[in-house]
Amino acid sequence: MVTAVTIFVDGLVYAAWLFIVAVGLTLIFGVMKVLNVAHGGFYSMGAYAAAWSVGIYFDAGLAPAGSFLLLALSAVVVGVVLGLVLERGLLRFVYGRDDILVVLVTYAAFLILENLVLLIWGVDAYPAYQPSALLGSTAIAGLPFNNYELLLVVVAAAIGLALTWGLARTRLGKLLRAVIFDREMAVAFGIDVARLFTGTFVVGAILGALGGAVTAPTISVVPGIGVEVIVLAFAVVVIGGLGSVMGTILGALIVGLARAAAVHLLPEVELFVIYGVMSLVLILRPRGLFAQAQPRRI
Amino acid sequence: MTQDGKTLLRRGGIAVAALAAAALLPAHFAAADDAPALKLGVVAFLSGPAAGPFGIPARNAAELLIEAINAGTLPAPFNSKGFGGQQIDPIVIDENGSTTKVVQDYRDLVERRGVNAVIGYISSGSCLGIAPVAEELKTLTVFFDCGTPRIFEDADYHYVFRPSATSTIDSTAAARYLAKEDPGIKSYGGINQNYAWGQDSWSDFEGAMKDLKPGLTVATVQFPKLFAGQYSTEITTLLASDANAVHTSFWGGDLESFILQADPRGLFQKEKFVMSTAETTMFRLGPKIADGVIMGARGPWGVYAHNTELNQWFRKNYTDRYGTPPVYPSYQMAISLLGMKTAYDKAAQANPKAGVEDDIKAFEHLQYEAFGTKIDLALGKGHQGVHETAYGTYKYDKATGTPTITNIVYYPAECVNAPDGIKSGDWIKNGMPGAKDCP
Repeated sequence: MVTAVTIFVDGLVYAAWLFIVAVGLTLIFGVMKVLNVAHGGFYSMGAYAAAWSVGIYFDAGLAPAGSFLLLALSAVVVGVVLGLVLERGLLRFVYGRDDILVVLVTYAAFLILENLVLLIWGVDAYPAYQPSALLGSTAIAGLPFNNYELLLVVVAAAIGLALTWGLARTRLGKLLRAVIFDREMAVAFGIDVARLFTGTFVVGAILGALGGAVTAPTISVVPGIGVEVIVLAFAVVVIGGLGSVMGTILGALIVGLARAAAVHLLPEVELFVIYGVMSLVLILRPRGLFAQAQPRRI
Repeated sequence: MTQDGKTLLRRGGIAVAALAAAALLPAHFAAADDAPALKLGVVAFLSGPAAGPFGIPARNAAELLIEAINAGTLPAPFNSKGFGGQQIDPIVIDENGSTTKVVQDYRDLVERRGVNAVIGYISSGSCLGIAPVAEELKTLTVFFDCGTPRIFEDADYHYVFRPSATSTIDSTAAARYLAKEDPGIKSYGGINQNYAWGQDSWSDFEGAMKDLKPGLTVATVQFPKLFAGQYSTEITTLLASDANAVHTSFWGGDLESFILQADPRGLFQKEKFVMSTAETTMFRLGPKIADGVIMGARGPWGVYAHNTELNQWFRKNYTDRYGTPPVYPSYQMAISLLGMKTAYDKAAQANPKAGVEDDIKAFEHLQYEAFGTKIDLALGKGHQGVHETAYGTYKYDKATGTPTITNIVYYPAECVNAPDGIKSGDWIKNGMPGAKDCP
């Protein structure tokens, strides 16, 4: 019983983290059909900006609670700046070109961002543990769990709800759905697709940076963290179906719970479980669990 | 994966290789002014996750020592100028990247840049890849880190040397320290990274524990992915286990992330931790590391280094220059450079026009003292060093805000190294024969 509860809690915590780091990737693909490898760069820039600013904040002796706001603020600043620069300065020139070219452009952007991290912050690790340490722990099934990590479950749920509700219920969401369904028709009806693309990319970049920013207090922020994350994020969105927020939620939950079960019950297979699940899903549903049916164009 | 996806990955790989190559602009420091200089390739991680904890401290040590060796300002007996009188002209390159790329860079150093010798390499994968190429190119190559014992246990090399002891010393000494300091333990566990270093470290530790405390149970063994970063589930498993002690060879960012995630959950209060490489993190995380953690430094280096004149010189000059005390990779680079200097000086003394074969002959079976520790190239037909090591218990001094180590125990070389001709794994499996009167 204890194992079942702990697997569930561990799985939920890991799934929440996976969802936060992957959802920006799926949003950008869903709307823009751009497989954005630079997402890993947004993650690492967000993590470094958060760790760096939190360090300065605590060194200044300011109210500890404000550090949580600083995490979000770091993500917004990084996401807006990088999102605008990359979309307006780079991606808009390759819209409509070969998909592979677009992916390579985002890949190049990712490598540039990784080197930018080295230029700005060097190779030293940045720990920013204070926000995590502030919240203490809660006993579940007799075992202590870090409240900060439990809080990330709430944050992930809030992001998931906001995106799902926003896409289904708001005017902007309806416009985005029209673009997702048929970009040419949306343009014909007078929707400003270029502006929607910019907005979507910036929101996706903010979500990527937020993934890094909220992770920073639980890790040592080191060069290369974006590489690891982009691989995991791809696995999650591929399982769920590229472009589907619901799919990303389900993909993160499946991966999170499968990994937690493996670590608790059969640690030898932990390394393979994520990609094992991905392979299984792709064998059964090659376009992912929540991939939308594609209309055949004549 | 679609054909497009495969093509994409191939093209991505080319793009990565191109960028990595562009990042390889060599850094020269302290160019020698006397000709002919000895061109020395210096290789360490300058980017990537291993740069901060290992590569940069090693590179800094190389810079500091080479300048001092060229100027002849090291304390005696290393106070003569250069390597056998030759000034050293170092060419520093990055170790980051795949083994294929690391080998290509090595070839480039030797064949295009014309280095006379190479010192470097932190990753065991790099060393295993470089060793046969060093033989092919007939270039004296000194590995300063890369813990795997396989290099000289599985093959013989003429041009390759490694003064630093293998990872066997880390795991066997960790087991000795734990068994002695915590005799009441009933069970233990491990969490190590899932690659050669982590698996070998655990295997040696478990084997040594079986020798020293037979009958104990292994509560849990975790092997998370290298650079996983997220260890919440593994921490839950360790908390739920009945292990009294846990061994880890985690290093760098993984070790720091693990500590930051485990500390708020009280893991270090529940279980005694043995961390074989934690010395590199003690000055960075300070109060976040729990008192009572047993930590090593891959030798009697860093805070474990004996208080000799050389050590005082090294710590003062390093700290003044780089703003932080030298950690064990700095010492591993230092002892390797000092080994090279001793061998080159010895060869030059016998023959002022000594060539590479004379240098190799002088290097083989070399014994020298560095930082108060005797380095003895006793294994691998005189190419692999053995030396003592040390472990201690961490304590953060709240009054002064200083990380400290208490209850330091030094383990003589014969207590933690396999004798010549016996593989480390077999030596541990057979009860570590020959290790007598060990603390």
